[in-house]
Amino acid sequence: MSETNFAFVATSDKPQLPAPKGTTGAIGWVRENLFSSPMNTFLTLLSLFVVYSTVPGLVNWAFVNSVWNANSLDECRALTENGACWGVVRERYHQFLFGFYPSELYWRPILAFALLFVALVPALWDGMPKRGLALMGSMTFPFVAFWLIWGGFGLEPVSSTQLGGLLLTMIIGVSGISFSLPIGIVLALSRSSNLPIVKSLAVIFIEFIRGVPLITLLFVAHVLLNYFLPKGVNFDIVLRVVIMVTLFASAYMAEVIRGGLAALPKGQYEAADALGLGYWQSMRLIILPQALKISIPGIVNTFIGLFKDTTLVLIIGLMDPLGLVAPTLADQRWNGIVVELYAFIAFMFFIFCFAMSRYSMYLERKLHTGHR
Amino acid sequence: MKKMILPVALGAAFAATSLSAATAGTLEDVQERGTLRCAVSTGLAGFSYTDENGKWQGFDVDYCRAVAAAVLGDADAVEFSPTTGKTRFTALASGEVDILSRNTTWTYSRDADLKFTFLGVSYYDGQGFMVKKSLGVTSAKELDGATVCIQTGTTTELNLSDYFTAEGMSYEPLSIETNTEGRANYLADACDVYTTDASGLAASRATFENAADHIILPEIISKEPLGPLVRHGDDQWADIGRWVLNAMKIAEEKGITAANADEMAATSKDPEVKRLLGASGEMGAAIGLNNDFALVAIKAVGNYGESFERHLGTQTKVNLARGLNAVWTEGGLQYAPPFR
Ligand SMILES: N[C@@H](CCC(=O)N[C@@H](CS)C(=O)NCC(=O)O)C(=O)O
Repeated sequence: MSETNFAFVATSDKPQLPAPKGTTGAIGWVRENLFSSPMNTFLTLLSLFVVYSTVPGLVNWAFVNSVWNANSLDECRALTENGACWGVVRERYHQFLFGFYPSELYWRPILAFALLFVALVPALWDGMPKRGLALMGSMTFPFVAFWLIWGGFGLEPVSSTQLGGLLLTMIIGVSGISFSLPIGIVLALSRSSNLPIVKSLAVIFIEFIRGVPLITLLFVAHVLLNYFLPKGVNFDIVLRVVIMVTLFASAYMAEVIRGGLAALPKGQYEAADALGLGYWQSMRLIILPQALKISIPGIVNTFIGLFKDTTLVLIIGLMDPLGLVAPTLADQRWNGIVVELYAFIAFMFFIFCFAMSRYSMYLERKLHTGHR
Repeated sequence: MKKMILPVALGAAFAATSLSAATAGTLEDVQERGTLRCAVSTGLAGFSYTDENGKWQGFDVDYCRAVAAAVLGDADAVEFSPTTGKTRFTALASGEVDILSRNTTWTYSRDADLKFTFLGVSYYDGQGFMVKKSLGVTSAKELDGATVCIQTGTTTELNLSDYFTAEGMSYEPLSIETNTEGRANYLADACDVYTTDASGLAASRATFENAADHIILPEIISKEPLGPLVRHGDDQWADIGRWVLNAMKIAEEKGITAANADEMAATSKDPEVKRLLGASGEMGAAIGLNNDFALVAIKAVGNYGESFERHLGTQTKVNLARGLNAVWTEGGLQYAPPFR
């Protein structure tokens, strides 16, 4: 019996056959991802066609045929038929970065920009040693930056009319972003509060701001405020705009965060109560960390939107990068150069917005702890 | 215009009732601040633009500099506020700026309703039309049914509807905020016609890659006397602005230029030249300035003709002939009252 050899029972695994040709490797990938159905095939071919018909032209225009060394559009057109004239960017990139800030003082906004990252470290790096102390340090950043940019107290003062370009965008964007988040949290908590007065104040504020276009608020900041201020009081225009933009962003932020609060299961609130935590404790330890985490995409969305909305200030005559286009275009040497300027500005904005959205994705992945 | 009057009038009413009625004493305000705040356009070739050093330049800008030179002795002591057709009047009425020099047409309602004082005419203009040659139109009378790019808050908007109504034609307006926007829309064929002051058309056309593909139609449908303006209620400040402009024109009549002004002041026998340049009399004191205020202004920006030729003249891309803007002795309309 024991000698019986049941040949049909394999004693070892058969060597695995390679996957059928065409389902692995490059070909397999292409098949699966690009040509898996007639529809996909069609879309792939269409995309290839679009890429083929735009990219070479774009590369030629932007790099191959482009001219950097020309001091006027005419000079440039004489050198190239269909290339970009980056000469204007070479000549004026500093204006698009700093506006009309005195060039010998450029180090001040640059230093402020560098300090921004130093100040951000404690906020973004949660494992930092002595984080509480460092956060306190970060709180002083707005004042330091204000001092560096506008001067005074020993530094040569620079007037707001000299601010412009990306510097202005950053001033408005960064202040708007950093102040709107805390204000937005307070507003969101107020709106979901049980105290009728707090709640209705928050509702009125949020709905009022959301019901008015940003441009209207900017107009108010630009002209109306001046009527009400006593004579001689000069309330800086950039400061006025920052306040309006912050209020505007706060209202939106509040709604984003309220969405996060509403998305938490009721059990979380009850659990916090059951643990005997007070209102602030439960908010700080249980509710907000979760609600904010859920809201991250919305929050970053608001940030990016705000950053781009700053370009609206050109309507009230502030020289943000877009605002600088018109007076540059009107220079007889650069008359008629449009695409290059807008392309350059788009590039600058892209860098910042892309960085922000990447950071938000990183944060989401990092905080994706468990549930759902 | 109707659209503009309400907010500005409302603003003026606020200004009148609130503490901030910043009308009288503009000169003191400016001197105390040490800078002149001047509103210009957001960018129009020849009139206002920035150079590679970020310095504002242009015909409208020169006037601001001349005033700053006369008042503060420094042609660079100016803070420029770029304004659009809509925001310019509120900026001036609210006291955000001291003076407005932004190719603005002198009209009855701007003077009387909006309560601004016009300081003279720095450029005699008229509204024209620009079309693409390919449209095959040679006269404004053939524009029935056209889409027209038009800047909001301007006289152009009103003239246009007057003209088309009078001619029994219809049009489709496409509202824009700034000249740059108008230019882009027109070039992108979003409108068939671009209409604004003829000087502005010439300036915009100068910026086109193929200027020859565009024509400015022969019809000029309005009078557009452009000039600087200030708020009602501060006559001294208005006088200063008015006489800086006049001084630039008189200087051209008398052959005073930026280069020879000092010499003329020292050697000229002409009594009016001597008064103008502060070599005799106490003329400046009457408006609260130094007696050589005109000398300083002319040294800073040159006389009227110099500024014109530098930014708008036939040597520039804008390529405007003096035409109506020649001095009266040469057949133009620029005629400054005597300086005595
Ligand atoms: N003169 C007219 C029109 C003035 C106007 O807006 N002109 C245009 C084109 S000539 C302009 O200055 N644009 C410059 C800008 O958009 O800032 C008025 O006073 O209403």
